[in-house]
Amino acid sequence: MWADIGFGLMVITFVTAIFSVVAAVYGDYRKDFRWVESARRAMLLSFPLTSLAAGVLVFLLVTNHYEVQYVYSVTSRSMPLYLKLTALWGGQAGSLLFWSWLLSLFSSMVTLRKWDRDREFLPWVIVVSSITLVFFLSLTIFFENPFARWWSTLNGEVAAMFPPASSSLLMPSDGQGLNPLLRHPGMLIHPPMLYLGFVAFIIPFAFAVAALITGRTDDRWIRITRRWTLWAWLFLSLGLVLGGRWAYDVLGWGGYWAWDPVEIAALMPWLTGTAFLHSVMIQEKRGMLKQWNMLLIILTYDLVIFGTFLTRSGVLSSVHAFAQSAIGPMFFTFIGLTFVVSVGLLLHRWVELRSKSPMTSMLSREALFLLNNLLFMGVLIVCFWGVIFPLISELFTGQKVTVGPPFYERATAPLFGALMALMALAPLSAWGHSTIKTLGRAVWKPGLVALLTPIGLLWGGVRNVVAIIGFTLVALVILVTLYELWRGTLARSRKLNENFFVSLWTLFGRNRRRYGGYIIHISMVLMAVGILGMEVFQTQTQGTIPQGGSLTLDNYKITFDSVAQFDTAGNRNVTRAVVSIYQDGKFVQQVYPRRDYFYDSQQPMTIPGLRSTMLDDLYIILVDWQSISSVGATFKVYHNPLVNWLWTGAGIFILGILVAAWPEKDPDGLRASNPALAHSHGSAD
Amino acid sequence: MEPTPTQNKSGRIKFIFGGLLILAAVVYLIVSSTQASAEYFLTIDELKAKGSSILDRNLRVSGAVIGDTIQYDAKTLNLSFEVANVPGDNNQIEAQGGLAAVLHAAVIDPTRSRLQVIYNGARPDLLRNEAQAIMTGHMGTDGIFYADELLLKCPTKYEEAVPSQVTGK
Repeated sequence: MWADIGFGLMVITFVTAIFSVVAAVYGDYRKDFRWVESARRAMLLSFPLTSLAAGVLVFLLVTNHYEVQYVYSVTSRSMPLYLKLTALWGGQAGSLLFWSWLLSLFSSMVTLRKWDRDREFLPWVIVVSSITLVFFLSLTIFFENPFARWWSTLNGEVAAMFPPASSSLLMPSDGQGLNPLLRHPGMLIHPPMLYLGFVAFIIPFAFAVAALITGRTDDRWIRITRRWTLWAWLFLSLGLVLGGRWAYDVLGWGGYWAWDPVEIAALMPWLTGTAFLHSVMIQEKRGMLKQWNMLLIILTYDLVIFGTFLTRSGVLSSVHAFAQSAIGPMFFTFIGLTFVVSVGLLLHRWVELRSKSPMTSMLSREALFLLNNLLFMGVLIVCFWGVIFPLISELFTGQKVTVGPPFYERATAPLFGALMALMALAPLSAWGHSTIKTLGRAVWKPGLVALLTPIGLLWGGVRNVVAIIGFTLVALVILVTLYELWRGTLARSRKLNENFFVSLWTLFGRNRRRYGGYIIHISMVLMAVGILGMEVFQTQTQGTIPQGGSLTLDNYKITFDSVAQFDTAGNRNVTRAVVSIYQDGKFVQQVYPRRDYFYDSQQPMTIPGLRSTMLDDLYIILVDWQSISSVGATFKVYHNPLVNWLWTGAGIFILGILVAAWPEKDPDGLRASNPALAHSHGSAD
Repeated sequence: MEPTPTQNKSGRIKFIFGGLLILAAVVYLIVSSTQASAEYFLTIDELKAKGSSILDRNLRVSGAVIGDTIQYDAKTLNLSFEVANVPGDNNQIEAQGGLAAVLHAAVIDPTRSRLQVIYNGARPDLLRNEAQAIMTGHMGTDGIFYADELLLKCPTKYEEAVPSQVTGK
């Protein structure tokens, strides 16, 4: 019965969403705002409706209703409550419903805002978000129904929503349980983070389309959605980092990123979203790049849909297996249609979107931002090429050729390096006009200090070119950013005779966006430190050692003390080794690499023993063991220098976003009351 | 200072030139990296048909793992197993009832062409009978495939399994 209620709720939401599309279009056409208001209310109703539908599914999950196929496939009796709750997004059907729920939440939030000034946008924002909602609901209603049940028929068991002819309901006594690899804190919050990011990007897109349709081509739509874009970007970034952390902790191959097509599918909207985030500033400040911004948000929207399509299969089965299902063609049709229609609208408004002032100086802030955008597009093209290359080569040569991680690493490294160089230069260049002379004057001091990095590295014996260039750029970005901060604060504290730290605090408060951005830049290069450490300096060894034996790697020695095997709660069997780590001959820590075997899903999981410091990680995997022989156990050991900076950088990144996105009390008022301070330290002052 | 039309024009050319330069750099990076790291994706049948012409190439071969042939020496970390040919084309796989069915059929059919694979390293958790193995490496002159990288997928099987122990009602 509960399953019928859940399904009924999805159908009602579906109909409501269709109504809101029709009412909004009709209301706009007849210029009858009552219809638009009706559409708005229908949109608002979708949130409680999807909440109830998702609530019913959660109820089925936690109350062991294994006659429901979805519940059967992602939960089991032995799973703790929190895992049953999060199983809502543990499989494809559930995660699609979860997606719809998030979308209805965000669209409701946006329809609740004050619309007085932007009334003409309202119907079209409703239309875009409702159409997207209709699409996702149709997937769960017609193709991947989370409420489908098991039926026993003459031809065997089938899963369906409604009972097939001459069948009876099956009541399995237990479910299969969530894939053990997914039972990890990182995995519990990684999908929702990614989805939050994905779905939040729908809102700026909806406003962009509304701006295109209504012809209100100023930057109003960008100002309204600025904060949405920032939150979307935050969640998408966190989703990516958490996915990496999960891979590092659970997958047991010593890394965090494998350039898997599914990972790339999540990275691509991040690339266009990041480019968008930067280039909208040019439109706000200089009225340029309007067409480009539209194109970026359209691309982001369709890459989000594409990413959902690819990643949702990664959530459910083993590691990123592509499950072929009927919804593939649906997704591609939807992506194709929305892309063609939005680009058509963009071309329709092309002339109106021309920028008022031309770009003149190659080194001006706006030119460097444009360059940043082109580089992000470059990375996007590399990623896209890597994903579609097998198809292209097959089409033209009949031979399927794929490219692996080395392709992506080689092709993107120079682009990421150039982006880091831009991070160092762009904050110092001036809007409108900048020359080598003005830029050089601003950059030479931190630049000179940054040069100590390659000297120090060469002195220390590092000969790897990538590492030397990379770390120098990291140092340059950090130094330039700190120098900018210091200069700005000093100027203010001198002018107003203020305490240095008070000035620093007010500076941040007055221009959160800029200084939040600076924090984010620093966090990005700190993450780059971790990535460089792994890419360039990672070493590994493996071997089988008897109890008491040891393995050495770099300046580390590990000894195998003991191994024990036991059953634990959650229906798993644990094999846990005790390993001592010695650094330069001195005992530092004991770690416990282990292998958990899950009886219900018959799948093992490898959990590394990890000693983690800011300098390096020692990552030990228990590969194999013989319980009663002298052979001992097999370990694989990775030495991952600096990788902790990746996770630390991610933490600072959150801080940066919070600073940038925190609501300002009255930004216009502040500027007006103190115009001198609003631009108190222009870049090349 | 308002830019004069000529300035404007030369400015535009400057930017177009710069844009083209970046485009050229991206294209160069893509082309050179593709050449350096291209891996030829072959089925086992195709691999056998090519003979010695593919000895020095990076290959990516996919096949169904035959559980009985898995041999693992924990001491040397030498892993050896055989894989059976599965079609490389997704449509073909779908037509034959999905990946799980195709993998199962490949393993139980003794007439399928098989390939011995040798890999040195940790035994992957997912290596078991009827898993799909995707190996990256090269062919040895001895007809054995030496894998540098081993990727395993136990795809739809897990998700689509039908309840086995059910109490009818």
